[in-house]
Amino acid sequence: MIRLPIVLFFSAALFSIGVYGVLARRNGVLVLMSIELMLNAVNINLVAFSQALGSLAGQVFALFVIAVAAAEVGIGLAIVILIYRNRETINIDEVNLLKW
Amino acid sequence: MIGQESAAPAAANWFVENAWLIVLLPTVSAVLTLFIGKRTPGRGAVYGILAIGTAFVLSVGALWQFVQHGGGRFVKSVEWFQVGSFHVEAGQLIDGLAAVMLVVVTAISLCVHIYSVGYMHGDQRYTWFFVVLSLFTAAMLNVVIASNLFQLLLGWEVMGVCSYLLIGHWWEERENSSAAIKAFITTRIGDVPFTFGIFALVFAAGFETANIEEVGHVIAEGRASNALVSGAALLLFGGTIGKSAQFPLHVWLPDAMAGPTPVSALIHAATMVAAGVYLVGRLYEVFVHADPFVLQFVAIIAGITMLGAAMLAIVQDDIKRVLAYSTISQLAYMVAGLSMGPEGVTAGFFHLWTHAFFKALLFLGAGAVIHAVHSNNMSEMGGLRAPLRTTFWTFLIGSLALAGIPPLAGFWSKDELITVASDGHPVLFVTFLVTAFLTAFYMTRGVALTFFGDYRGHGHPHEAPVSMTGPLVALAAATVVVGFVGAPQLDAPFAQWVFFEEPHIPEFSPLVAAIAVIVAIAGIAVGWGLYGRRREEDPVLQLGPVTTTLQNRYYIDRAYMSYVVLPIRDRLSSAVYWFDRNVLDGVVNGAAAFARALSLVVAWFDRRVIDGAVNGAAGTAGFTGGILRYIQSGNVQRYAAFLFTGVVILAIVVTRI
Repeated sequence: MIRLPIVLFFSAALFSIGVYGVLARRNGVLVLMSIELMLNAVNINLVAFSQALGSLAGQVFALFVIAVAAAEVGIGLAIVILIYRNRETINIDEVNLLKW
Repeated sequence: MIGQESAAPAAANWFVENAWLIVLLPTVSAVLTLFIGKRTPGRGAVYGILAIGTAFVLSVGALWQFVQHGGGRFVKSVEWFQVGSFHVEAGQLIDGLAAVMLVVVTAISLCVHIYSVGYMHGDQRYTWFFVVLSLFTAAMLNVVIASNLFQLLLGWEVMGVCSYLLIGHWWEERENSSAAIKAFITTRIGDVPFTFGIFALVFAAGFETANIEEVGHVIAEGRASNALVSGAALLLFGGTIGKSAQFPLHVWLPDAMAGPTPVSALIHAATMVAAGVYLVGRLYEVFVHADPFVLQFVAIIAGITMLGAAMLAIVQDDIKRVLAYSTISQLAYMVAGLSMGPEGVTAGFFHLWTHAFFKALLFLGAGAVIHAVHSNNMSEMGGLRAPLRTTFWTFLIGSLALAGIPPLAGFWSKDELITVASDGHPVLFVTFLVTAFLTAFYMTRGVALTFFGDYRGHGHPHEAPVSMTGPLVALAAATVVVGFVGAPQLDAPFAQWVFFEEPHIPEFSPLVAAIAVIVAIAGIAVGWGLYGRRREEDPVLQLGPVTTTLQNRYYIDRAYMSYVVLPIRDRLSSAVYWFDRNVLDGVVNGAAAFARALSLVVAWFDRRVIDGAVNGAAGTAGFTGGILRYIQSGNVQRYAAFLFTGVVILAIVVTRI
């Protein structure tokens, strides 16, 4: 039985790495992967609290998040592929057509 | 329909009840002639003749039934229009006066219509002539029949317009159009007081009615003040002075001879000038109940006019002008008769009745002469007795009737007037006799210069066509017989027709009749003595200053020209022009300038304040947008950073609360 605070620290670290990846990485695929890290950090939190509180609600939420994350990755990768086909790059700094 | 029966049951009263048809028929014929006359064979005269002929039959029927029922007043009217509580009705008021006038007007108008077919043959405005002729007749009939003062005014004014159109029928010549304008404006001058007289009567009746009969009741019952009634009477008489060409507004009538001769006959005999006399008779209650001064004033005007016009008739060379001045003079006879009380009214209207026939005859005869010799001047006539046999004899009958030779029509009416005057009106009595002498003299002169002696004109005169001589013969026959209806020896039925109360028949006096006839014969004798044989110089033109004065018409026309017309034209009109330019235009321009100044202020406000607000809103939006756009970098990760910052702030805020 791993103690809850350790798990929460792990989860917070994982989330922070994800945030860093989203904000700092230039590669679109890596940004998507960082989002995935953040989602999974949330999943760990949910599961940990579920274990600690003896309620299955947290685990059910984690399953929902996994399903949504799968869909999100599917759409996100598709967008990245289309961007690449049109612009021949996946550097999101160069995808700035919406600026003024 | 409001029907009031004053006497007699409605049964067997058809002609009187439907007398309004008499007015309607000529109106309809005028409209018909106007619209389809030119497409009708003969170019449209037939409508007027048929309508007036029918109207004549109806008029005779109405007079016959009226006499059968022993007089009375038949009023029938419908609502015309309403102003507040003041109702104006239109309808018919048939009394003896109206019934007699209907017959006179339709009879003369019928003759004139038929005569015009021949006289106006080939005229370029032939159809138009008949339109106006019918309308003229309709207007006069409307005046005759009117039950309401405003209805009367309507006919009165339409007549003024028609006279203008007819006198100026040949307007291509400036002289004719000037005469038309002169006639119109001169009668208008009389119409102004007339209109005010009507207002005064309506005021006297308390603004409740303008019906002639009810106004008459109000005045007869003495509900209106004497001053008001006297003022109204004087004002109304102004209308008579204008329309019936009395001094000092007589100047238009001689110039009205510029119109075609049938028009002169119609104006002089049946319509227009008769309207003025008829008006006084119709509103006689007003004159009777006015101050006695009013009737004296009427008598004075009539006396001046009759003598003055008769003098002028003597020196005229234009045959129509002789007759025109004669008409003025004879109208003054009638007006003088009206000024002498109820018997005088009977006599005056009797003279109107007879005069209508023989003056129409004389004018149509003169027209036939002019038609033959193509000149109005008697100096270019003479010796026409042989070529114009019918015209000569009928003209002679008319002249003798006008001179007052028994048993022709003129004798009876003139004698009646003189008889009335012999009883208490010495000045008028003498004036009547002197005028009668002058009348006989100038008619003799006219006949002698026209029909006797040698022909002095050009070409070979020929007798007029049957359509012209027919009316002449008919009128000549009428001239012989119409006098007898007023003959005292035959109980004077005319007096019973005309006077709706008890008849007033002047006592026949053999002495007066003898004096009148002697005066007339003396006039003829003097005239024949001077003109019976040919002279190189016209004797009446050898009288030095008298002739000069008469030929200049007492300088009245010239005085009007230099003291009224020219000052108005030159000074008043320029003053009015100045006023118009400087005051009226000033007001208008001032209003425009004010509006312009105001609009400048409004424009400034519009540009600065309203546009400023709109532009300011736009500018503010642009400025804000200019600052905010820097946020839209297009960099997804910067957006995400904002997102996280927001979430962190929210988390802090939520957890703190």
